[in-house]
Amino acid sequence: MIEITFLGRGGQGAFTTSRILGAAASLYENKFALSFPSFGPERRGAPVFAYTKIDTVPIRNRSQCQLSDYIVVLDESLYDESLHNKLKPEGKVILNTPKENSNPDTIGFDAAKVAEEYLGAAITNTAMLSVLVANTHLISRDSLLAAIGYDMPGRIASKNQKLAEYIFTCTKGVGL
Amino acid sequence: MSNKVFVSGNEAVAIGVKLAKPNVIAAYPITPQTIVVERLAEMVERQELNAEYMYVESEHSALSAVMGASVLGARTFTATSSQGLLYMAEVMHYASGGRVPLVMMNANRSLALPWSIFGDQRDSLSMLDSGWIQVYVEDAQESLDMIIQAYALAEHKEVLTPVMVNLDGFVLTHTYEAIEVPKEEQVDKFLPGFELEGKMDLENPRNLFFSSSPADNIRFKVQQHQAMENSREIIEILDKQYGEITGRRYGGLATGYKTEDADIILITLGSITGQVRAVVDVLRAGGEKVGVVKIRFMRPFPETEILKLCSNAAVIGVLEKDISFGYHGTVYTNVTDALKNTNKRLINFVGGLGGKNISQQDIEEIFRRLKNVDKDTNIVNFIGLEV
Repeated sequence: MIEITFLGRGGQGAFTTSRILGAAASLYENKFALSFPSFGPERRGAPVFAYTKIDTVPIRNRSQCQLSDYIVVLDESLYDESLHNKLKPEGKVILNTPKENSNPDTIGFDAAKVAEEYLGAAITNTAMLSVLVANTHLISRDSLLAAIGYDMPGRIASKNQKLAEYIFTCTKGVGL
Repeated sequence: MSNKVFVSGNEAVAIGVKLAKPNVIAAYPITPQTIVVERLAEMVERQELNAEYMYVESEHSALSAVMGASVLGARTFTATSSQGLLYMAEVMHYASGGRVPLVMMNANRSLALPWSIFGDQRDSLSMLDSGWIQVYVEDAQESLDMIIQAYALAEHKEVLTPVMVNLDGFVLTHTYEAIEVPKEEQVDKFLPGFELEGKMDLENPRNLFFSSSPADNIRFKVQQHQAMENSREIIEILDKQYGEITGRRYGGLATGYKTEDADIILITLGSITGQVRAVVDVLRAGGEKVGVVKIRFMRPFPETEILKLCSNAAVIGVLEKDISFGYHGTVYTNVTDALKNTNKRLINFVGGLGGKNISQQDIEEIFRRLKNVDKDTNIVNFIGLEV
């Protein structure tokens, strides 16, 4: 089972991203997925965890992820060295940052800039999900694009799909 | 052609309700049930669902409203959770005593104090004696399927008893997964339109919600009990019929997993079951003879089923998100009664209260303790106390 944790602030779309990834795996590929937010009240700006579990067999463990294969950080102000303690061996942090990154366990990408360009706002969730998918191939590019179309309303979906397609053509921060 | 969607437990309930075509929905929102009634309101707004939607001022009113609509012959729906369920308590007895075939979803949530919006099963289990059939589901697919079956069960002329479908708050209500949505014609075939014999009628006036003298009262209660007993067989029949139409069966009042040759069995209720099955598989791979029994219905209680499923096991644990202060967890009390004429060793684990996560390690530890049960002297054992 692959476990992914998304970390963002309320309103940044961390849970939307975990849902798109789960939908991509279970509706457009022959996989099984669970997507869920950190449970509780929702507050704009407060740190939000969201989780996706993906497997080739039905997932019976519905408990919270304790160690993740990937932690995707949408907002750099939430990054902390201790996040690496919540990774499985070989796990990686995927970090939205404009800075050069030297940590081999971290993949950095300047998502805010790309999001501004494609969406007209620094909403980084789809960009960071695309960076995750482009680096890991957890799901195919086509499944990702289809799931964006499934989850988001039409006009927003097509903007986000263009953004995702662009990320797959990047090399910096994206290992293709 | 399959019709798969990626939805939460709450959304699965709303889709199930839509397919059952209710005429009247009355609801008051409460976390973690809110998404159910929001989705239904959207469906009514978009005219995908032709129902009267009553946004009432309280849970007491919500249940009263659907009860009134139902006796006029309307198929209805309401949903609640926790404090909302308690606020409905008075009306719940009215509905079951009046034999009103309501269907309600309850999002299992803790009870105050301390105030908590998070999940456990103390709300519905505290209402076991309200005369409602209670079913507990495990995943989003079973949520949708049991909502549809709940209507057929409640409205069956041998039953005419309200049904409560319970989903663990957040763990199930807020977790998204892929489910198969049955076709409208499949559901129509399984669940015909609602026809209530003896409904309230201006042409044919009669007295409903009546008083009774001490001489007659017990006769009503005997019939109510008999209806609940009748529902055992109807639950099995409906499960089979639903399976023939959709290909999905859930197995009646209780189901076992790897119980046939098990020495140790853990009994569960609700969404924790899948996780226990996963631990059973791990332990089986190591040669341990362990199994799990999932209680699906708390009322009527699966006495015979539990006795049969546990027949070969010497040690039985009951894991539940509930405690009846001053005795045991309520599920445990019911299980021990079912097994009273056996000499099995029984022990109660109480966890997940107020939304505490129950981890894989917690369940492995429970099985370790069941294996060394002679070292445990307490009947009631709270788990997950470490900080």
